[in-house]
Amino acid sequence: MKRIIINTFKNINTFLKNDKFAMVGVMIYIFFTLIAIFAPVIAPYDPHEMHREGAKFMFNQPPSQKFWLGTTNMGRDLFSQLVYGARPALMVGFSAAFFVVIVGTLVGLIAGYYRGKVDSILMRITDIAFGIPFTPFVIVLVGFLGPSIWNIVVAMALLLWRDTARVIRAQVLTVRERSFIEGARVSGASDLRIIFIYIAPNILPLSFLYGSLAVGWAILTEAAVSFLGFGDPQIISWGYMLNDAYVSQALSRGAYYWFVPPGICIMLVVMAGFYIGRGSEEILHPRLKKY
Amino acid sequence: MQNKWKVIAERFGQMLITLWIIATILFFIFRLMPGNPLVAYIDPTFTEEQQQALMQQFGLDKPLHVQYFVFLKNLVQGELGDSFFFRDSVTNVIAKVLPNTLYLMIFALIIAYTIGILGGILLAWHRGEKIETLGIILTLFTRAAPQFWVGMILLAVFSFQFNIFPSGGASAAGQVFNSEFDKLTSISFYYHLFLPALTLSIYLLGLPLLLMRSNMLDIMNEAYVDMAKMRGLGKFRVMFKYAARNAFLPVVTAMAVGVGYAMGGNVIIETVFSWPGLGRLLVKAVSTSDYPLAQGAFILIAAVMVFMNFMADIIYSLLDPRVTLESRR
Repeated sequence: MKRIIINTFKNINTFLKNDKFAMVGVMIYIFFTLIAIFAPVIAPYDPHEMHREGAKFMFNQPPSQKFWLGTTNMGRDLFSQLVYGARPALMVGFSAAFFVVIVGTLVGLIAGYYRGKVDSILMRITDIAFGIPFTPFVIVLVGFLGPSIWNIVVAMALLLWRDTARVIRAQVLTVRERSFIEGARVSGASDLRIIFIYIAPNILPLSFLYGSLAVGWAILTEAAVSFLGFGDPQIISWGYMLNDAYVSQALSRGAYYWFVPPGICIMLVVMAGFYIGRGSEEILHPRLKKY
Repeated sequence: MQNKWKVIAERFGQMLITLWIIATILFFIFRLMPGNPLVAYIDPTFTEEQQQALMQQFGLDKPLHVQYFVFLKNLVQGELGDSFFFRDSVTNVIAKVLPNTLYLMIFALIIAYTIGILGGILLAWHRGEKIETLGIILTLFTRAAPQFWVGMILLAVFSFQFNIFPSGGASAAGQVFNSEFDKLTSISFYYHLFLPALTLSIYLLGLPLLLMRSNMLDIMNEAYVDMAKMRGLGKFRVMFKYAARNAFLPVVTAMAVGVGYAMGGNVIIETVFSWPGLGRLLVKAVSTSDYPLAQGAFILIAAVMVFMNFMADIIYSLLDPRVTLESRR
C-alpha cells in the first residue's frame, strides 16, 4: 500500500514539474479550495442576508465600495454569494471525480487484466453507459429524486466513469505485457497482487488526470442542473446565481456584474481540470510532444 | 465484403440490445421513483375511487412486470402514452417540436464543423507559433465555459443591449407558420435561430477543431507529405491537397458523435433561448412531473445518440479500409 502511494506521488510530482499548464491548473484548484475553506472569513456578509439602508432595501445595486459586485434583486450581496459558491462547486466536483476515478479505474483494471469474457461484459456495460445522454440523464434523475447536491453527484457518478474505464483498460492492456509483470507472475504473485501492486501504480497518474477532467465536467453539470432550476434551493452555487439572474431579468437590465462573475469562476475551475488533463494527452501520445 | 456485412448486422443487433437496456433502465427509474407518478395529474379533491380509476387508466394498478411488458410492446409500436400536461399523445407533442430541434442542430453542426475544420488546418499550419497556443487556449475556453452562460451573455449583449436579435422563441409574437416550408423560407425564423445556433456551435466547435489539428499533425509526419514537400510544392498545396484531405475523414466520422453531443447540449441551450424544441420539452416535462413525456423525450434523445455511435463505427470502417470493425473493439 505504501509503495503504491509513494510511486503514484512520485509520478504525479515529476509530471507537474515538467508541465507548466498542469502547474497553472493546480494553482487554480488551490486558489479556489482556499476560498471555499475560508469563505466565512472572506465574504463580507451572509449570502442570504437582504440588505437595507434605513427602511430602503438595497435592491439591484450596481457594484460599489459597500457591495463589491452589487446586489441581487432581493438585495443580497453578490460578492458574498460568489465566494460561498466555491463550496458546492468544489464539493460536487471533487466528490463526483472521486467516484469516477474509483469506479473507472477498477472497471478498467479488471477488464484489461482478465480480458476475455470479463472484459467483453464490462466493455458492453461501458458501451451502454456511452449510449445514455449525459445531461438529460442527470436532469431526469435529479428532477425525480428531488433537488439535492448529492443526487447530482450520484447521477454523475453513475455515468461519468465510462471514459476513465476505457482509457485505463487500454493502458492496462499494454502494461500487463511488460516484462516486470511477467516476472511477478513467474515468482508466484497472485492476480490481485499483480493488479494492485504492480499494474495500478503505473496507471494511477492517468486515473488522476481523468479525475481532474471529471472535476470540470461535474462542475459544469452542477451549474447546468442548478441553472435549470433542479438544484438545491438552500445552497447558493454559481449555477444557482446564474439561474437567479436569468429568472430575475438581470439580462434585460444589463446587470453584467450579476451574471458575468459566476460564469468566469466556473470557467476557471473547469479550465484548471483541462490544463491538467492536457498533460495526459502528452503522456498518452508522446509523439505530440514534438510539436 | 461478405464478412463486413455480417459484422455490421452484428453491430446493429448490439445497438438494439443497448437501446433495450436503456429503455429498461428508464422504465425502472420512472416506476421506482418515490411518490406516486400520478401526483401531478391527481387533483387533491379527487376521491379514492377516482384515483383508482386513473391508476387503472394508466395501467399502474397492474404488477410491475406486466407494466414492463406493456411498456416494451408499446415502445416497439412507437406508442409512448399520453402527456399529463398537454393532454395529448406524447408522440404528437414530440413530433410538433422535433423539427425545431433538428434545424437548430443542423445549422449549429454546419457552422461548428466548417469553422472547426478550417481552424484545425490553420492551427496545424502555424504549429509551434504563438497563434497556435492562442488558438488552443481559446478553444479550451469554449469548452470550459458553461454553454448556458455563453447563451446568456450573447442574449444580454446582442438582444437586450443592442437589440439586434430577438430574445427567445422561434417566431415573433403572434406569428404563426402554416407549414415547415413556410417556416424555413421565413427570414424571421433565421433571425430567431441565429443566437441559439451560434451558442450551440461554440459548444460543438472544440471537437472538430482539436481533432482536425491533431490529425493534420499526425499526417504531416507521413512520408508522402515529406515527398510532396521535397518535390517543391507550395505550402498551401501540401497542406490542403495532401494533408487536409486525409485528415478530414476521421472528422466526418466524429460528426456522427457530434450529433449525439448536440442532442444533449440542446437541452440547456433551448431552455435559455426558449426555443420550442425537444430539449426544452424534456426540461418542462421533468419540472412538471410529466413522466410519460419525460420518458418519451429521453428515449428519443438516447436513441439518436446510440444510433449515431453506431453510424460512426460503420462510416469509419467504410471510409478507412485499414480499420476492420473487429479490431476497433
